[in-house]
This record gives sequence, structure tokens and C-alpha cells, in this order.
Amino acid sequence: MFNLIALESIHSVVSSEVATGVFAKMWLLIALPLMGAIVLLLGGNRTNSFGPLLAVGLPIASFSFAVYLWIELLALSTQSRSQNLVLFEWINIGSFQVPFGLQLDPLSISFVLLITGVGSLIHIYSLGYMDHDLGKRRFFGYLNLFVAAMLLLVLADNYLLLYVGWEGVGLASYLLIGYYQHKPSAAAAAKKAFVVNRVGDVGLSLAIMLMFLAFHTVTFAGISDKAEQGSATALFLIGLFLLIGAAGKSAQVPLQSWLLDAMEGPTPVSALIHAATMVTAGVYLIVRSNSIYDLSIAAQNAVIVVGVVTLLAGAVIGIAKDDIKKALAASTMSQIGYMVLAAGLGPIGYVYAIMHLLTHGFFKAGMFLGAGSVMHAMNDEVDMRKYGALRKVMLLTFSTFFVGYLAILGIPPFAGFYSKDLIIEAAFDRSLIAGFATLLGAGVTAFYMSRLVLMTFFSNKRWEDDAHPHESPLTMTVPMVILAIGSVGSGFLLTFNDSLKKWLAPVTGYQTPEPPIAVPILIAMTLITVAAGVAIAVMLYWRQVASTAPNDVSIFTKAARKDLYGDAINEAVFMRGGQKVVSATKVFDNSVVEGFVQFISRLTLGISNLVRSSQTGYTRNYALAMLLGVALMLLLAAIVRL
Amino acid sequence: MDVTNYVILSSILFSIGAVGVLVRRNAIVMFMSIELMLNAANLAFVAFARANGNFDGQVVAFFVMVVAAAEVVIGLAIIMAIFRTRKTASIDEASLLRA
Repeated sequence: MFNLIALESIHSVVSSEVATGVFAKMWLLIALPLMGAIVLLLGGNRTNSFGPLLAVGLPIASFSFAVYLWIELLALSTQSRSQNLVLFEWINIGSFQVPFGLQLDPLSISFVLLITGVGSLIHIYSLGYMDHDLGKRRFFGYLNLFVAAMLLLVLADNYLLLYVGWEGVGLASYLLIGYYQHKPSAAAAAKKAFVVNRVGDVGLSLAIMLMFLAFHTVTFAGISDKAEQGSATALFLIGLFLLIGAAGKSAQVPLQSWLLDAMEGPTPVSALIHAATMVTAGVYLIVRSNSIYDLSIAAQNAVIVVGVVTLLAGAVIGIAKDDIKKALAASTMSQIGYMVLAAGLGPIGYVYAIMHLLTHGFFKAGMFLGAGSVMHAMNDEVDMRKYGALRKVMLLTFSTFFVGYLAILGIPPFAGFYSKDLIIEAAFDRSLIAGFATLLGAGVTAFYMSRLVLMTFFSNKRWEDDAHPHESPLTMTVPMVILAIGSVGSGFLLTFNDSLKKWLAPVTGYQTPEPPIAVPILIAMTLITVAAGVAIAVMLYWRQVASTAPNDVSIFTKAARKDLYGDAINEAVFMRGGQKVVSATKVFDNSVVEGFVQFISRLTLGISNLVRSSQTGYTRNYALAMLLGVALMLLLAAIVRL
Repeated sequence: MDVTNYVILSSILFSIGAVGVLVRRNAIVMFMSIELMLNAANLAFVAFARANGNFDGQVVAFFVMVVAAAEVVIGLAIIMAIFRTRKTASIDEASLLRA
């Protein structure tokens, strides 16, 4: 039914159709988890008994419906796979018209399946993980709110509605990072994530305003139609502001600082929001805006630079972290760097960005759940220097984690091999620097992930005295097993018969990359780099690991431990700079503004004092004033009369 | 009959009254001066009424008398109150309303 040669054109060939039949019910996807959030959060303690189960059931219902919609969508012809449903007219002010419209197309259904699928698994896992938590109703309410907002984000048919979902996931992320609100560190991390995300959101809102200014529309279809009329400057600026928005949500340099602190939230949250779904919203935004980026090489280059810098920075930070969740978070940052880089490559990269996003959703969520399982067993200890030799007591956790590990390394035939290798090929097609950066990133990834696995599951026991590790309950292990299966099979399934390319190309366009180095040689180079990374890690961490972090380390390690001074730079430039601006405005306010107000009041006071002296209290003075006044009036009357 | 003489007399009386209000400090004397001014005005009204041959001015003169009588009642009551608290009828003593 579809010929790949025909896909070599850059632009999308799908025109959106008005949704009918089962597609007209697509709002249910969002409404189901939203209902859960409303019932749980407004219902209060009454819902404590059944709330968590309801909250688990609704995303599963949403997922089942999404699968059904997907099958229906598969049955349609390629041209009519973009189903548009306008629920009501949302904003109608003069020429500024925004419908409350949903759009189900191959790109959004891919995200819907990932969000509801991985989301359902993590909801089930949370039943076990949060079993002893007294406030789990609130937790599940927030989780459902997140799923609803994320679905709105990917189903919106215009940027303004996307922005609503964008803010919704930001809110849910804030609430969930700060879920352990009694911990000051969690509250601070939530605030930090919120503030950094607002910086990105300013970028996104500026991009939307510019779009309206340049194209008089904010719908995806409208922008895609009119993008070619836009001036180069407008397209570049829109692309740049979209990139700032994407960087904020996806923790890309320079807005990366919040993600590592976000690990203060419960581990299922880290798996769902800060690994599999929300942090990939930036990639979705860039891929969705392909009509803008296709026309602006400068904007593409900006995206590529951000991606390359982040993938290397994240990998380097990952090396030095002893906190298992922070090491995984640094890895997430780095892997999203790969996706952003791929998204910046244009039509040769969009499909690979989404492919890596999907496979990453499986293996990283699986590894986070594995890390949660380990923490669950070790009394919530997160320091890997207190782990060691856990493979013997937690065989299932170890197996699923190891599958995820092989997947992220890109060992064939695990998922990461397909997606990451394709990104490396595409990067080499664009530029040698980007290509070698991805290659280096793959090697460093192999090193820090091996370090993580060796320190946790191999080497010597360094447990605390009161640690009695045990395997986690079935509610936790079953989702881990399913995600592990996804980590094995998803890469092959997505590339088999070019299925994902054919599926997405009508929306994103597709071009075959032609790297200057032959593909088999590239694969070999990647595998050798990865093997080198693993070998170094095995040499360093196989037998003996110190139970406390060494202090006499190189300046590179020190820098990596401090997140490459990301926080220090933010504090020096923005925090202190901001404080200086604030104190300067305070001086201005005190002297100029306050001075002017004081002058006015003193002037009034002076005039009043002057007038006051006429009030002597002596009756004859008033009588004289009256006499003179009457005389004056008579005089005036006489003059006017004459 | 020449109305001018009446008007001149009225003006003289009014001026005496006005000067009296302005220069005297005794409240009773000031009161008498005010009465003098009112009656000077009355005299002018009546004179003009006679000259014009209608009753308008005379009616006004009655009104002024009624108002003056009412004013005397209130004014004397105030002066009494002041005298009782301050043991003097000097108007300068009652100058508490100065700013």
C-alpha cells in the first residue's frame, strides 16, 4: 500500500479529515484519566479505599481505547490518517480564532500509546511501591492528572491547546516532585523544576505569539500550510523560541539543571514523567513543528548544537554520580540529547528521534522501576556505594534491569541498537562533528551504565547493617518484566519492514540518511566504542568498590559531581545578577519613585500650611472677609452690568 | 419725596453697623451692630417700596424682621453659653477654631 520511494519528499502529504465514528470519541482518551484526577483530588479521604484502584483502572481503559483507535487508524488509507475533532470554539476574538480541537494522527497516536501503555504499567507498579504510603490517594490523583495533561499535549491540534497540556504536565511534575512535602530538599527541587520550566515556557509562548504574528494562525495544519510564506528571520526566531521551550521541558542545556534534583520525587514518578514521557515533550514539540524547522537550517543547527552539548554533558555527569536515580537522570538527559539532535537533523532524523523516544520509553522506564525496586529492598537507600552483589537476592529485578542496560548500550538485538545506531548514521550524514559526538556519547554511556550496573548488582557487598534486601512484590515485578520485553523487542518491531518510517513519514516526512562512512563500518565503530566503555568500567568496578566516595579526585570528576557547574553558573549569572537588578531597582524605587511621591506630599503639606494661616479663629477676621467678598462681588456685578 | 435721602441714611447706618462688627470685641455690642445693619437694609427696602409704589419691599422688610428675631434668639443663647464658660463676653476669647 505504500512505497518508500514516494516518502522521499520532505513535506507531509496528510490532510486532516473531520473525525467521524469512533474517532469522534477520542476525547475519552483525555477525559478518563482526568475524571480519575477529579474524583481523587476533590473526593478527599472518602476515596481512600477505592481511589488508587480507580486511578490504575482509568489509564488502562484509556490505553485499551487507544489501541482500538490505533487499529482503526491502521485500517484507513495513508492520506486520511489525520483525524481532526473540534470539540467547541475556544477563543474567537477578531482574527484570533482558536478551536478546542484534537488531532489524532500517526505521530500523536504513537505518543498516546506510549503514555497510556507505560503509564498504565507504572500505575500498577505504584500500587506496590506506594503501598505503605499514607497519602497515596493524593499521589494517584496527581499521576492521573499528569496522564490527562500529557494526552492533551499530544492530542491538541494547535499550539495554544498544546500549551495548556504543556502547563498541565508542568504542574503535575511540580506536584509530584514535591510529593514528599515534609522534606525541604523535595520542596526546593519542586520549586526549582517549576522556575526553570517557566523559563522554557516563556520561550514557547513567545514562539506561539510570533507564529500568530507571522502566519495569523496557531493550528498545526495552518502553520504547515503557510510556513513557506514566512520570512527567514521569522522562521529562525520561531524555531529558536520553540527550542527554548523544548529545552526547558526536556532538560536540555542550558535549562538542564532541574532534572537531577527532580529525582526527589517518588521513583515511579521519575520513571513515568522524568524518563519516559514528559521530558520527551520537547522532542515531540520539535518534531511536530517540522514545517518550521524544515525551512530554517539555522534553527536546525541551533537544535543540533543543544542536542550534542546535552548528550555529552549528561553522559559526563552520569559518570560521577553515586546516587542511582541521579545517574539514571543524567542518562535520561543524555539520551534526550540524542533525540533532540536527531530532531534537529530534519527529515532524515525525525523518525529516528521518535523511534529512540519510544525505545527509550521502554528501557529507561524499566531501569527506573528496577532502581525503585532496589531502593524498596534497601530501605530507600539511593547511594550505590551502599549496594553491591544484589543480583543474587533480586534475580528478577537484576534480569529486567540488565535487559534495559543492554538496550541503552545498543547491543544487538536489543531496542537501543536499532534506534541509537540510526541516529548516529543520520548525525554522520549531517556533520562529522555531530557524528563523532554521538559516537563518543555512546562510549561514555556504556561506561557509566556499566559502572551503575556493576556497583549495584556485582562487586562486593557494602550494605548497611540493617539492610535485608528481598525481591519486590508482583505488582512491581510484572510491569518491570513487560517493560523489559519491550526493551528487547521494540527496536526490532519498529524497524522491521520500515514500519515506523512508513507510519510516521506522512506526518514528518522522511529522507534516507547517506553517511559518508559505510553503515556496517559505522555499526562496528559504535560497537567497538561501546565495548571499550564497558571494558574500562569492568576493570575499575568489577571486584572492589569503596563504600565512600573518594575525595582525591581529578578536577574533571569534581566538575562532573557538581553537574558541570550548571547550578553554579545559574547562581552566579542569574541568581546573583537577579539579586543585583533587584537591589538596583530597590534603590531606584526608594530614591526616584519614592522621592517623587514624597515631593508631591510635601508640596501639598506646604500649600496647606500656607492656607491654614488664614484660619485665625477671630470672628472679626471672618466678618471682614465676608464684607470684602460681598463688596468685591457687587463691584464685579457693577462692572459686568456696565 | 426723594428716595435718595433715605438711601443715604440707610448707607450711613449700614456702615456704622459694619464698622461696629469689625472693631468691637464685646459680643453684645457686635450683635447690636448686626441689628443696625439689618435695619439699615430694612429702611432701604421700605424706601424703595414707597418709591416704586408696591408692597414687595415692605414684605421683604417683614421677612427680615422675622429672621432677625429668630437670629437674636439663637445668637443670644450662644453668647450666654460662651459667657457662662469663660466669664467674659469678649469675642476674641472664643477663638478655638483657629487652625
